[in-house]
Amino acid sequence: MSSKLNAKIPGGPMDTKWSRYRSTVPLVNPANKRGLEIIVVGSGLAGAAAAASLAEMGYKVKCFCFQDSPRRAHSIAAQGGINAAKNYQNDGDSVFRLFYDTIKGGDYRAREGNVHRLAEVSRNIIDQCVAQGVPFAREYGGLLDNRSFGGTQVQRTFYAAGQTGQQLLLGAYSALQRQVGKGTVKMYSRHEMLELVMIDGKCRGIIARDLISGKLERHFGHAVLLCTGGYGNVFFLSTNAMGSNVTAAWKAHKNGAYFGNPCFTQIHPTCIPVSGDHQSKLTLMSESLRNDGRIWVPKTKGDTRHPNQIPEDERDYYLERRYPAFGNLVPRDVASRAAKERCDAGFGVGASKMAVYLDYASAIERYGKSKALQLGIHEPSAEQIKSLGKEVVAEKYGNLFEMYEKITGENPYEVPMRIYPAVHYTMGGLWVDYELMTTVPGLYALGEANFSDHGANRLGASALMQGLADGYFVIPYTIGSYLSQEIRTKAIPTDHPAFEEAEKKVQGTLDKFLSIKGEKSVDHYHKALGKIMWDKCGMGRNKEGLTQALAEIKALREEFWQNVRVPGGLNELNPELEKAGRVADFLELGELMCLDALNREESCGGHFREEHQTEEGEAKRNDEQFSFVSAWEFKSVGSWELHKEALDFEIVKPSQRSYK
Amino acid sequence: MNITLKVWRQKNAKEAGNFVTYRLQDISPDMSFLEMFDVLNEQLIGKGDEPVAFDHDCREGICGMCSMMINGRAHGPTRGTTTCQLHMRSFNDGDTIVVEPWRAKAFPVIKDLVVDRTSFDRIIATGGFISVNTGSAQDANCLPVPKDDADKAFAAAACIGCGACVAACKNASAMLFVSAKISQLALLPQGQVERESRALNMVKQMDEEGFGSCTNTGSCEAECPKEISLENIARMNREYFMAILKK
Ligand SMILES: Cc1cc2nc3c(=O)[nH]c(=O)nc-3n(C[C@H](O)[C@H](O)[C@H](O)COP(=O)(O)OP(=O)(O)OC[C@H]3O[C@@H](n4cnc5c(N)ncnc54)[C@H](O)[C@@H]3O)c2cc1C
Ligand code: FES
Repeated sequence: MSSKLNAKIPGGPMDTKWSRYRSTVPLVNPANKRGLEIIVVGSGLAGAAAAASLAEMGYKVKCFCFQDSPRRAHSIAAQGGINAAKNYQNDGDSVFRLFYDTIKGGDYRAREGNVHRLAEVSRNIIDQCVAQGVPFAREYGGLLDNRSFGGTQVQRTFYAAGQTGQQLLLGAYSALQRQVGKGTVKMYSRHEMLELVMIDGKCRGIIARDLISGKLERHFGHAVLLCTGGYGNVFFLSTNAMGSNVTAAWKAHKNGAYFGNPCFTQIHPTCIPVSGDHQSKLTLMSESLRNDGRIWVPKTKGDTRHPNQIPEDERDYYLERRYPAFGNLVPRDVASRAAKERCDAGFGVGASKMAVYLDYASAIERYGKSKALQLGIHEPSAEQIKSLGKEVVAEKYGNLFEMYEKITGENPYEVPMRIYPAVHYTMGGLWVDYELMTTVPGLYALGEANFSDHGANRLGASALMQGLADGYFVIPYTIGSYLSQEIRTKAIPTDHPAFEEAEKKVQGTLDKFLSIKGEKSVDHYHKALGKIMWDKCGMGRNKEGLTQALAEIKALREEFWQNVRVPGGLNELNPELEKAGRVADFLELGELMCLDALNREESCGGHFREEHQTEEGEAKRNDEQFSFVSAWEFKSVGSWELHKEALDFEIVKPSQRSYK
Repeated sequence: MNITLKVWRQKNAKEAGNFVTYRLQDISPDMSFLEMFDVLNEQLIGKGDEPVAFDHDCREGICGMCSMMINGRAHGPTRGTTTCQLHMRSFNDGDTIVVEPWRAKAFPVIKDLVVDRTSFDRIIATGGFISVNTGSAQDANCLPVPKDDADKAFAAAACIGCGACVAACKNASAMLFVSAKISQLALLPQGQVERESRALNMVKQMDEEGFGSCTNTGSCEAECPKEISLENIARMNREYFMAILKK
């Protein structure tokens, strides 16, 4: 293991590591906190929670986001829910179970110490959010309601209709705005971080572009936190917001931060299928829909009958068939591959034949009957059952059904939805230690931007949990370990040569984009990259495809730098220029993802190497050789050195994941 | 479909703007309104012209970033729909569509269809929160909330802060936006302690930002993509007057 890769997991028994760490980590006294400046890049769940909490503690905080308001960070779009080991349903949940499910769900490629901590603090998150006024769903007795999610057998998911991310983010945003009002956080919206500033081996600030005036700005910080989200948009089409990007993390990587497990991406099984070439993004239908919906395809190849015309015994409920214990609730990677398998085998539905059905008919009937009973209707007619059932379903999933109808023009209460897997989340990200610090001193990564807790596959409703855990409950403690050593460091003036140089570098890149004046738009290159990634580094990967992809991406990148056309000027709002910077970074990242996927000669979680599967087509891990985190060190464009962080399992013994 | 677009073009906040006409051919009815703009921009870039700047991010109707006045209606003709969720099947072949930015004194135009809505953030910063520091909360189930109140609070909290209410209102009033937040927190037991200061401070900031007053025309509710109810405005007025009386 390389010396830089010290994960700093505290000693002692698993369930006391975090409490012991908290009681022994050095503190910074209130007077010193006032003199310490922290830059938080990102205002999603991780960033807003961190910025608000650190400001409450007394630090001076600057927070950045590229949208026009911190409330619009991509976290807002999360639908289904957030996990917490509260055991309010008395169904046997516990911190240990959440920990265990997460390690297993991640296919034994996550660190036990981090995950245990995550499970512990999950409970505080719900308390904090409720206190902020987050309107979670409740039962008639006034207590909090839960639903179940994929990969688990307990009900531990808290939700607010299909808008959980929105409500959690607005909670964190309100906490953030409270600090903005107090002057303890200075908010920079419509600002994009484009470079880090390194002084004497430590991260000391950033260069950001004011997206309205186009001016470059220099900002000093004793520490910098990147809470900049995931990089799923490297595939062009994904469920991420249009602006989601890797730029901040990539600049960190090029300044010495190792990139962890870049090839671990999550393909979500339930998204609305692509409808044509004009498609700009894909829309998720929350995983919570698998709770009550049943997934099927016709038993006969190429069956073109209307789904409602296909009788029960001619339908193949393939998840229930293959995985009787978990049925429709198998983890995402398993569900996605099963859908791809059916479609590739010719059983797909819809115009493109690249879709499967997600059917609510039986849920509507089940809920209708139970509602009728509740209302004391003894012999309800089929019509009554259907209409009561629809009411219940509307209450639980109404906004999702509406969204589906808006996009496809079809009514999902009457006709089964058509769904297909789409890129959704990136488990990989900047490598961080237990304290969430990257390999660059003073530089931290939180939320989806880091690689830490989900191994090779994230369980549903666990990203919101992790983002808020990192921001509210982890960084406020762990940052003390570094900042307690920095109390004598005075704010460094931004005319320091390191700032000057970093700004020059950014200026050079921006000038270059505008000077190429080529023939193809930025989107053209983004789409081309996305296609390579989806075809060769998507749901199924193999050596041949990945090797081709490496060459293709290199060639595409070279062409981009010769032939891209970026209109407009520097000193103005210029969305094309913003996109150019992001796509340039994706063109480097894509190569690293393929390299990592090629290197990992095993299948695990979302990473499915076709050469490594069981006879039944399940992922086959190779623990002997690959029980490690890949941490890539940047050398120069297209050249990296691999470092390995070995994973030790003290508690959960790796076995083949079985959801049968 | 063939579509004629009349789009507001404005270089920046200082220069005057004007409508420019563009013709688009072979638009698919399955395209979203913003995808139609992607097609337009791709063509403009191809011709060496500057693409139209517009705000958007999630394209799922939840971030509140997209904001176009379409044929004089905030977010266009379909009820309960954001611009990004509007699809071309809502229009007819041969239609002429007029697209403008939000118009309000408190939302100055930055460029083309992009406006500055930071006034909303400043209003929230004066009271749109419950003052609870991280780590100081009690167990979540210690505080039962009647389901009905929780549901109403949620309905108010569903506001996406897009500003359509302001754009739709002839007075450019922000009452629907502000009242949604005040209602959400007034309906919950957690929000009681700061109830009065919240109403007073948020209303004061709203006025200072230059938003107009409410004359009960109801166009905000009609154009709100999340169908936030006018009831919230009534509740906010109650909250505000109670607070004044107590002052
Ligand atoms: C459609 C959808 C549904 C989901 N549903 C769920 C769910 O039900 N449950 C669940 O647990 N998870 C869900 N997820 C995943 C989850 O929403 C995300 O992983 C999580 O919200 C990420 O939060 P974050 O704070 O890390 O980043 P984000 O919310 O992505 O925030 C990133 C922030 O960084 C800023 N930023 C980025 N780059 C720069 C830069 N260079 N300069 C300045 N600012 C920058 C952005 O402006 C933004 O403020 C869902 C994801 C999607 C796409
Ligand atoms: S782009 Fe997010 S609401 Fe329209």
